[in-house]
Amino acid sequence: MSSTDVMDAAARAMHLVDYRNTAEVKQLPTRNGFGEGLIEAGNRNKNVLAICADLAESTRMEGFKKAHPAQYLEIGVAEQMLVAMAGGLAAAGKIPWIASYAMFNPGRSWEQVRTIMALNETNVKIAGAHAGVSVGPDGATHQAIEDIAIMRVIPHMFVVVPCDSVQTKKATLALSETFGPTYLRFAREKSPIVTTEETPFEIGKAQTFREGSDVAIVACGILVYNALIAADELAREDGIECRVVNNHTIKPMDEPAIVDAAKHCSAVVTVEEHQVHGGMGSRVSEILAERQPVPIEFIGVRDQFGQSGDPVELIEYYGMGTAAIKEAARRAYARKRS
Amino acid sequence: MLWYNRGRMQSVTAERLKELKLKANDVRQGIIRSLLSAGSGHSAGSLDMADIFTALYGAVMNHDPKRPEWEDRDRLLLSCGHIAPVRYSAMANFGYFPVEELLTLRKFGSRLQGHPERVKLPALETTSGPLGEGLAQGVGMAVGAKLDKKNWRVFVVTSDAEHQCGLHWEAMMTAGKFKLDNLTCIIDRNFIQIDGSTEDVMPLEPLADKYRAFNWEVFECDGNDIEAFIDTVERAKRVEGKPQIIIANTVPGKGVSYMEGDYTWHGKPPNKAQADEALAELESQRERILANV
Repeated sequence: MSSTDVMDAAARAMHLVDYRNTAEVKQLPTRNGFGEGLIEAGNRNKNVLAICADLAESTRMEGFKKAHPAQYLEIGVAEQMLVAMAGGLAAAGKIPWIASYAMFNPGRSWEQVRTIMALNETNVKIAGAHAGVSVGPDGATHQAIEDIAIMRVIPHMFVVVPCDSVQTKKATLALSETFGPTYLRFAREKSPIVTTEETPFEIGKAQTFREGSDVAIVACGILVYNALIAADELAREDGIECRVVNNHTIKPMDEPAIVDAAKHCSAVVTVEEHQVHGGMGSRVSEILAERQPVPIEFIGVRDQFGQSGDPVELIEYYGMGTAAIKEAARRAYARKRS
Repeated sequence: MLWYNRGRMQSVTAERLKELKLKANDVRQGIIRSLLSAGSGHSAGSLDMADIFTALYGAVMNHDPKRPEWEDRDRLLLSCGHIAPVRYSAMANFGYFPVEELLTLRKFGSRLQGHPERVKLPALETTSGPLGEGLAQGVGMAVGAKLDKKNWRVFVVTSDAEHQCGLHWEAMMTAGKFKLDNLTCIIDRNFIQIDGSTEDVMPLEPLADKYRAFNWEVFECDGNDIEAFIDTVERAKRVEGKPQIIIANTVPGKGVSYMEGDYTWHGKPPNKAQADEALAELESQRERILANV
């Protein structure tokens, strides 16, 4: 079986778009998927509320506000209030989604998140918008690249980072119907859509988007597309075949899928738009250090802050582009053979 | 003797008032015993709020100790979670759990955590201790009640010093915006905090004016006078279109003379000899209540 056939089988099983054909790949921001999912969640359940901290348009709560005005609350620039008030509403039986930029919620509100959402086990849902350096020109103050780390260490928390706008819609709906404190992370810029309506989505269930036996690339968020492109180029250029795992649920992470990928490939590369320290890749390495030690390479920001710039330029500068992923995969492949 | 308020007869008779005073005495004795057993905890604020918690559970709130999660109950949130001993003692004395359980305060495996945890004891309504967060959650509950057109009310007990937290002011602003007349906040105005007087650490006055500026209806009363407090809450409940604040002036350590007014009792428990002295003093107060002195 040729490498292309193997890849296509995995992509077909996941009902992916033909992401190698650039003419076929549409681009939309993941935040759009959140906006669409939220409206639908509000249709399905009148207890779903949306509360915003003065960012209705950019977090894509605007559509919900128009569709469900009686289920929408605006509280101004007050992120701690956002979390605490939502805790009270959840205690009164509501399912509140609260939105701001990830940098401010959970960035500013972390202790309220820990105490009121997690320790108190309330059904509050955080939508963390504008995560990652791909926020672009706004610069480091607005580029949340530590949010996965601070959320994944909190007991009971769901942490989900979907790969494109279609998956973000599904994640929004699934999380609305799952009891528990939740962090959904998404981005500002438009990014390639690789999944379709038919692609399955289940919280806590990682997805194999490409099959291969040489290196497992475990990615989340909008960089899943870069991981897929890098894998295709590696196959063509080096004959290295990569399994690509869309690891959208950081917590609770799909441990069997991570262990299986490491067993199958014996080398792993993690890819995320976040600090390497404490992020998705850190969790992967914790799992594998205990259960299936293999060489691991990490793609992400390395103990730096972001800066103003064009999103693509920043992704490249901080070492998260396809070239950097390919280099990491080559290193991982070499390490497992040495 | 019946007492009257704006021409409306109140449900608290002189006999009931005497019962409540005895209950408050029980609550204070429970605080001392639990703090002695724990070996750590907060004495002054717990003691000074015994009258208010007794009034809330004994006369003000719609609640049922046998059904702590009854949907239509009034919600009582303790924002300043460190005075948990007064809430636990009041709950025990009003039938939520056996009084003997108070001796498990702050011990391994107890439902009575050092700071309140709702998951362990649902009637607590919230998990608290980190200051300045109670009113914000109360605002959420009050908005939830309004959205569902429910008649239950929200009572939030706060300390004065936690008004130094920014989140509390965000909550004050939000309560004003949503005109939450189903929300009553009560300040334990005892003027003390860990480092000394609130007015030295970070002045709060003029506190009443600050609430008025945030579109609240302001009430003030003696927080160690059960009758005055009940009267004030009844007036607050009749306010329409505004949240209400009750500035309850209290004496820290109330009921135990060697603690009264001394900020150093904010965060420590009595030792055995001090607890014995406190219990003896409370017992003599009990005799005086029984004798109608």
